[in-house]
Amino acid sequence: MAHGNKNEKVVYVGDSRVRKPSGEVSIPPDYTSFPGRSEAFIPNFLLKEWMVGCVVLVGFLVLTIAHPAPLGYPADPTNSAFIPIPDWYFLFLYQLLKYPWVSGSYVAWGVVGIPGVAFGALLLAPFLDTGKERRFYRRPIASALMILSLASCYYLTKVSWDFYQHELEVTGTVPEHITREEKAREAALSGEEAESPAKPAEDVALVDADNADVNAILKSAGCISCHGTDLKGQAGAKIPALRGVGDLLTKEELTEIITNGKGNMPAFGDKLSAEEIGTLSDWLAKQKAAAE
Amino acid sequence: MFKSVYNWIDERLDVTPLWRDVADHEVPEHVNPAHHFSAFVYCFGGLTFFITVIQILSGMFLTMYYVPDIINAYASVDYLQHKVPFGSIVRGMHHWGASLVIVMMFLHTLRVFFTGSYKAPREMNWVVGMLIFFIMLGLGFTGYLLPWDNKAYFATKVGIQIADSVPYIGEYIKIFLQGGEIVGATTLTRFFAIHVFFLPGALLALLAAHFLMIRKQGIAGPL
Repeated sequence: MAHGNKNEKVVYVGDSRVRKPSGEVSIPPDYTSFPGRSEAFIPNFLLKEWMVGCVVLVGFLVLTIAHPAPLGYPADPTNSAFIPIPDWYFLFLYQLLKYPWVSGSYVAWGVVGIPGVAFGALLLAPFLDTGKERRFYRRPIASALMILSLASCYYLTKVSWDFYQHELEVTGTVPEHITREEKAREAALSGEEAESPAKPAEDVALVDADNADVNAILKSAGCISCHGTDLKGQAGAKIPALRGVGDLLTKEELTEIITNGKGNMPAFGDKLSAEEIGTLSDWLAKQKAAAE
Repeated sequence: MFKSVYNWIDERLDVTPLWRDVADHEVPEHVNPAHHFSAFVYCFGGLTFFITVIQILSGMFLTMYYVPDIINAYASVDYLQHKVPFGSIVRGMHHWGASLVIVMMFLHTLRVFFTGSYKAPREMNWVVGMLIFFIMLGLGFTGYLLPWDNKAYFATKVGIQIADSVPYIGEYIKIFLQGGEIVGATTLTRFFAIHVFFLPGALLALLAAHFLMIRKQGIAGPL
């Protein structure tokens, strides 16, 4: 179909058989549009580009090996102390929204107004800057606006990052991925298997889980509304699990805590009868992990 | 052998003009760093594409281990990072590549802007390029959640809060992104789908348009 000659050799520039479209000729591809030392894309120029690519790739791999991708601890929605931080290229937007004149009741300016105008102008730049002149110093308005935007983005990013560092310092927080890496390193140095935060704490089985009296009390007294329907507590809110509580406290201590409360836990002495508290603390004292 | 197979295909499909068109197109002197060192600024577009290819390949390998659900997402990333041979390299490339692609794209955009290359007749290519920029930012935002650690979770929560404050449609954007009332299981699967299927699909289509247009119009002339 193509050229008749079956024993084609790969033919280089000068002998190209890109067919000339009949009728209208599409814009450049012949080499007369830019007089000078033009060269073919493949293989001449692409080989050079690959060399640049190789240098970039080596640099990139060195970075990757020197700085492993960060990984903190598993997401815990109840963690209220975590300082959120977006990736660095969103910091300028994040910072912008902290100023009072683009947040609160003016937040529409911050989320739609200013970014909308800025990104809209960028998107439509060729239709706003329609002059024939291409040199940046001959189109002062476009160039000045771009430089101004770049400077503001740089400034906002820097302020945001400095504030984040300041927050970390004030609250004495070390970013989680660093803590984690540090712990893993220590574990590796002492020859232990690093503790994996991905592994959920092993569930302690309930002893005598089907005790109807106890279940009724747990429900009616509201134990489960804080300690959880599965009685695992809430680690984030520092509410202890009731599973395995028998390992930590005796029946007397449990009775005392239920009756008079402890820490954030309210007293149940006037809500439950002494008999009910007895049943409950009896049952709780039996909750030993070893009893399985 | 190779040549006869090639000829067999070429006789039937006439493929030579397709690749010759790409191979033989002119690379003029003013964009060739071998002739003018300052022309290295013209490399950023190609490097953006190079890093994008790395992102796609490393991303494909990451999905071999990654599990997009809230119980296993973190565990699978943790396993990939610490147990899988070369896993930390692949994940590292994807993590740092995400930043690098933004940097390269930023430099490429500045080059095009300051050389005035976006002017007629290349307006449409600039617009498509900016759309690619937004897609990349979207990929950055959705990809940030996937490891499901605290940083990912809380940054996404803030991001969705910001989207929520858009007048009139904010509420809908929030529910669309979260897939419900909270940042949770459906948010993760949604972000995964957007990050792995929707945005890359759009990205490839836009890249194709970007490259077709640059081939059709040729590179902007020297200043």
